[in-house]
Amino acid sequence: MTWSALLLLAAGSYALKATGPVALGRRQLPAGAVEVLELLSIPVLAGLVAVQTLNSGGELVLDARVPAVAVAGVLVWRRAPFLVVVFAAAATAAVLRLL
Amino acid sequence: MSGEDRRAVVRTAAAIGIATGTYGISFGVLSVAAGLTVAQTCAMSLLVFTGASQFAAVGVLGAGGSAAAAIAPALLLAGRNALYGLSLVPVLRGRIGSRALQSQLVIDESTAMARAQDGPAAARFAFLATGISVFVCWNAGTALGALAGTGLASPSALGLDAMFPAAFLALLAPQLRRPGAPAAAIAGAVIATVLVPVTAAGVPILASALGVVAGLAVRHRSLRRARP
Repeated sequence: MTWSALLLLAAGSYALKATGPVALGRRQLPAGAVEVLELLSIPVLAGLVAVQTLNSGGELVLDARVPAVAVAGVLVWRRAPFLVVVFAAAATAAVLRLL
Repeated sequence: MSGEDRRAVVRTAAAIGIATGTYGISFGVLSVAAGLTVAQTCAMSLLVFTGASQFAAVGVLGAGGSAAAAIAPALLLAGRNALYGLSLVPVLRGRIGSRALQSQLVIDESTAMARAQDGPAAARFAFLATGISVFVCWNAGTALGALAGTGLASPSALGLDAMFPAAFLALLAPQLRRPGAPAAAIAGAVIATVLVPVTAAGVPILASALGVVAGLAVRHRSLRRARP
């Protein structure tokens, strides 16, 4: 990643955060826009889970990441701490690749 | 706000900070594994300071995507901070310069803590305590992880590539209780998966945002049904 791309991302993120407190004052967004914004992160996160589990250089592949994410899913469901979930997934994939 | 209330807020803010710091360590490790330098990794945590967006950006880069393909989903995920900022307008007062500085602290944790308080003064204190605690710990964690990560072997041999989807799953799960959220998640995952073999890296994640349409459809149907 180039520095200019990084700074562009930083500027964009900051602009989003500052819209309310700095730019908009007390004006309100329309209810429809609020509803879309509230839901927007959900399909994007799910898309990230799917792509990062199955994508390998533009092809769909079933490899050690699939059982690793399944382990993570069980731990998330059991309300394990974030770090436990993430490192259990890494350990599962690493061990499967050793076998 | 009593001294006891303040101490309780500070204790919670410190605990949240420490939890986020450990999460910052994994970000530092993954970012360096994805090809960013230690300086870039630290700069991203200081300047972008939005966990999910940072994970998304380095995830796309690590999978071979372009910088443009990395920025788009990161900004999509950062979209919710705009909503948080709007909800915090009554809390974040003061001169424009002070509001501009505080805006950088608008994230999931600081907003949630501010919303949990009674009254604007308590909300403002909780926002600042949590925002500063998370900012310090997140950046310290990132630096530690980035420095440790440069000494690591092949990322996939260590299973680091499986950490990304696990991290996103852990971020996603608590949000699934909202009406329409499961439908939006399934639609987003299906759209992204179907597009992987036929589009450039980054596009599937960008397109997954369209899953929001399925979520809105389900939510509106359930709201109509709930009405007498």
